[in-house]
Amino acid sequence: MKINYLSPEFEVIRNEDRCIKCRLCVKQCANGVYTYDENKQTIVIDETNCVNCQRCVALCPTRALKVRKNDCGLRENGNWSENTIREIFKQAGSGGILLSSMGNPEKYPVYWDKILINASQVTNPSIDPLREPMETRVFLGKKPPSMVRKEDGSIDCSLPPQLKLDVPVMFAAMSYGSVSYNVHKSLAKAAQVLGTYYNSGEGGLHEDFYCYGENTVVQVASGRFGVHKNYLEAGAAIEIKMGQGAKPGIGGHLPGVKVGPDVSRTRMIPEGTDAISPAPHHDIYSIEDLRQLVISLKEATGYKKPIIVKVAAVHNIAAIASGIARSGADIIAIDGFRGGTGAAPTRIRDNVGIPIELALASVDRQLRDEGIRTNVSLIAGGSIRSSADVIKAIALGADACYIGTAALIALGCHLCRSCQKGKCNWGIATQVPELVERLDPEVGYQRLVNLITAWKREIKEMMGGMGINSIEALRGNRLMLRGVGLTQKELDILGIKHAGE
Amino acid sequence: MSKLEGQIRIPSGCAISAVISKTGEKMTGEKIIESMIPMHERSNGLGGGFAGYGIYPEYKDFFALHIFFRDALSRKECEEYLKDKVEIVKQESIHVRKTPGIKDAPLIRRYFVAPMPCALAASQLDENEYIMRIVIQINTDIAGAYVFSSGKNMGIFKAVGYPEDVGRFYRLDEYEAYCWTAHGRYPTNTPGWWGGAHPFGLLDYSIVHNGEISSYDANRRFIEMFGYRCTLQTDTEVITYIADFLLRKQKLTLQEMASVIAAPFWSEIERKTDAEKEILAYFRTVYSSLLVTGPFSIILGFTGGLMALNDRLKLRSMVTAEKGDKVLIASEEAAIRAMEPDAENIAYPAGGEPVIVRLKEGAY
Repeated sequence: MKINYLSPEFEVIRNEDRCIKCRLCVKQCANGVYTYDENKQTIVIDETNCVNCQRCVALCPTRALKVRKNDCGLRENGNWSENTIREIFKQAGSGGILLSSMGNPEKYPVYWDKILINASQVTNPSIDPLREPMETRVFLGKKPPSMVRKEDGSIDCSLPPQLKLDVPVMFAAMSYGSVSYNVHKSLAKAAQVLGTYYNSGEGGLHEDFYCYGENTVVQVASGRFGVHKNYLEAGAAIEIKMGQGAKPGIGGHLPGVKVGPDVSRTRMIPEGTDAISPAPHHDIYSIEDLRQLVISLKEATGYKKPIIVKVAAVHNIAAIASGIARSGADIIAIDGFRGGTGAAPTRIRDNVGIPIELALASVDRQLRDEGIRTNVSLIAGGSIRSSADVIKAIALGADACYIGTAALIALGCHLCRSCQKGKCNWGIATQVPELVERLDPEVGYQRLVNLITAWKREIKEMMGGMGINSIEALRGNRLMLRGVGLTQKELDILGIKHAGE
Repeated sequence: MSKLEGQIRIPSGCAISAVISKTGEKMTGEKIIESMIPMHERSNGLGGGFAGYGIYPEYKDFFALHIFFRDALSRKECEEYLKDKVEIVKQESIHVRKTPGIKDAPLIRRYFVAPMPCALAASQLDENEYIMRIVIQINTDIAGAYVFSSGKNMGIFKAVGYPEDVGRFYRLDEYEAYCWTAHGRYPTNTPGWWGGAHPFGLLDYSIVHNGEISSYDANRRFIEMFGYRCTLQTDTEVITYIADFLLRKQKLTLQEMASVIAAPFWSEIERKTDAEKEILAYFRTVYSSLLVTGPFSIILGFTGGLMALNDRLKLRSMVTAEKGDKVLIASEEAAIRAMEPDAENIAYPAGGEPVIVRLKEGAY
């Protein structure tokens, strides 16, 4: 018998007294943790494939189930963590690259949690959002360097194309294929109701969702899946995906099993084939090539749509962004190293890239130092977890934020980080029809609307506290932030003072 | 040693006051000084100042630089710097009167200058931009020197002290102007030197301001992209630069500038006509980083007129009145009555609604 070096990571505890043997858990667990033994008339548990997604726990009608970390662990070691050892077991068994999903979970600093927000006291009044207007509308896009008057003296009000956001939060790119049809439907509908945008991701746009075009950003990535004229024209903006925070420097890989008839048609690839996005765009090997793609996309759509260039936050991000700001792009989206993914090599997810807070602060400063900040708007993403993170990002210099993981959590994701397996019990990161239907888009979109509405309320409360009644007056307003427990170097990069200063 | 203003940001409350004669009739500084007396409690003795327009008719074609020097050394360095950049047609100490309550005066000098023609030509700038850059260079780079007034035929006079004492100190009763503005300051901590007092000026724009703006750093970081340097970290300084940027560089009208810095709410814009909507939405899109939030009442002085403006929620008091050809503006009606006991048409302009007063054509 082959030795299994890996003990199960989790332990499932079933309370025999409570269990009514309704077998809902057996049906719900796509990982096959539960089976029903007809002879013994009991539920048999094998935790080998349990990912702790909590689906069974959440649905058990008698609350008879509990999943916890398996305490049958290895001998403790300050140097060799259990996880490290398990990974070596896996690689020694398979010879493969380790795969993971969602954002970097390692213990790097979270700068958001070391930044505090200001409030008015005495010298100026705070503003009550229940009594006074409190504005959260922003426009993303290139702003003209100076106003032009027509011959009759009136102002020429023509502007480069802008995206109008009623709340400075957008849904980040998640492709159809990596997530389900119902996820896309929920995001699209929520974006429409909220007056913001969702992003098709790199897998094309399902024909059913063309009707949400006014609230859609369509993505063009290195695989060019599903890109055609109508697709480009369907969206309100086009995003060129140069990189992704979860896996800077590499492409993507959607396994053939996820490429069913619908995904195949949307991506314009044969059914069952792997969809591989190359690491670079093979027509962009340098900054001048990017400019050509930006202009090509504008030509293709009559200069009516802003072009977003999405890049992963890497070491030289400030210089890269400065180059992009001169490339003709209208908006730069920066994705931090905590950003999520449907699948990425573990080593890359956990070791490549830099925090969004530092990247955003550096980019905003660089663009201002060069006097080209108005050339582009900035979207920050890569782990925006709450309305407080949004406030902090905007005060550091962002025009708006992208949220991906937070949106999925609103839809039921429990961050088990197993998307690459394609068996998402919550119906999110899967194409299995019976799993997909577990997410009702009517419920899903309402939960997203609730989340962003709640954040918007909190944003207004915090703005009012600072005496600010328009989100634009918060953008880049770094005096509204203070650091706690940060070194002088970190404070300098963030461009903020320490608390107490 | 505690930090000087500029190294730290000091919030302050204030009193403001202004009087302008639409026919260009000259007034000595006595009345405007008197207007500050009933508002004594709005200041705390840590800053006061005045701006007068039309005070240097004999040198009206020259930029009048008023400069504070910490010592003879900074004066020497500054004059050395100016020598190559401008022609100095006259320079002198600004005459002051010893006044109890005004202490620790720096050297205060006045220079009437014109750009050096060849240097101006070489710079490819117009003379205003040329002088502006010199002012910013001195204020940023020459330690101990500070240009606090730089317009033509106008001047700013300010100090640490109560405004009425500051007015007497500078002998404003001996100057005649068609427009005066005044400021009394209530900073939360000691400014340490005189630069942070108001009015704040650049070229012939001067601003007196009451309030603490919450958008300060957003405004500052935007305006600094265009060559301005906020060396004092005061609201008034950044508002002055915004005014200069919008009026002189972007060529907006005063009314249009008001629609940028005290932009109407989107909910108000929705109710306007289509033509107005288009323009207001344009401003809010293009100049969104110049929206000023938080409480303010400001009086912007310029050659030939002034503009008063409140923040869009009107979080600070401001009253206007008329008497004959004069328009009077102040934080409190009492200040107006001190200047003109029988002032008429007392009004309280709504938030974001500019009051623009211009002299009649040819009156200045």
